[in-house]
Amino acid sequence: MNALPLILTVFVACAVEAVEALTIVLAAGITREWKSTFQGMAVALVVLAAITAAIGPAIGYLPLTPLRLVVGALLAIFGLQWLRKAVLRATGYKALHDEASAYLREVTAAETAARESRRGVSDWYAFTLAFKGVLLEGLEVVFIVVTFGDNQKNVGAAVIGAAAAIVVITVTGIAVRAPLTKVPENWMKFAVGVMLTSFGTFWGAEGAGVAWPGNDAALLVLAPLVALVSAGYIVWLRSRKAAVSAPARESEAVSS
Amino acid sequence: MNLMNRVKAFGAFWYDFVIGDDWQVAAIIVAALALTAILTHAAGVNAWWLLPLCAFAALGWSLYRATSKTSE
Repeated sequence: MNALPLILTVFVACAVEAVEALTIVLAAGITREWKSTFQGMAVALVVLAAITAAIGPAIGYLPLTPLRLVVGALLAIFGLQWLRKAVLRATGYKALHDEASAYLREVTAAETAARESRRGVSDWYAFTLAFKGVLLEGLEVVFIVVTFGDNQKNVGAAVIGAAAAIVVITVTGIAVRAPLTKVPENWMKFAVGVMLTSFGTFWGAEGAGVAWPGNDAALLVLAPLVALVSAGYIVWLRSRKAAVSAPARESEAVSS
Repeated sequence: MNLMNRVKAFGAFWYDFVIGDDWQVAAIIVAALALTAILTHAAGVNAWWLLPLCAFAALGWSLYRATSKTSE
């Protein structure tokens, strides 16, 4: 398979995670202290590198069929989670993830927390906030890079996609010095959900023993189909919501 | 935080990371994969269509339940 779809999928998925990590790091650095924030980030990156170094090659040694079965199942479950949230947010059943309000929440918490020096770190709160933010968002990046890279036997392309996303988001974040509120995060999550579900379904079924009609070309049909069905769910939920709220509006009009 | 709480927090993190908000979606996908493997290996049916159908059904079912709760 061409490496471009792999690079683009990993790029978009990692960009979403990088935006969320950047919001937390900015909140810690601006309101508390940059030195402790950078220390927290650095330790999280070392832990992530160690996890990748331990898991990545080990997964590469596993036989491809059971690997595709397990990884396909995980990716499909993971992708459906993302799609579920994206559809609920697009239809107003769940609040949109707003980086500006997430940033404000972190800033408010950071401003009220006490300053404490521990284990050679001058501001323990800034350190742990940056460490947790980068580690948790980074774990999803590692999961995507390792699973996509190993399954496609092209870890290099997956790493290029992830590294490009992290560089682009970090440089943009440094340039604007504010949370990236203009990023259409929900639609990016929708796109990532579509890709994770499509690849997960494809690999999972292959791991279970099926032969896809057209082999790898089946993905070119599967991904648009997943997008179309998910878009159909958005239309369905919007019309359902409108149908529920219409009688309520009518009764309000009658009573007034 | 004692050891038990740490273990619980660790387990809760991985549950949330892998399974997420709706465990039934995960259960449907695992069941669909098992059925696909049985159909393919035991019955000789190339059931490539089963997993996508189950994934679409799982998403629709999960969305239906999530929005029924909030619209009631």
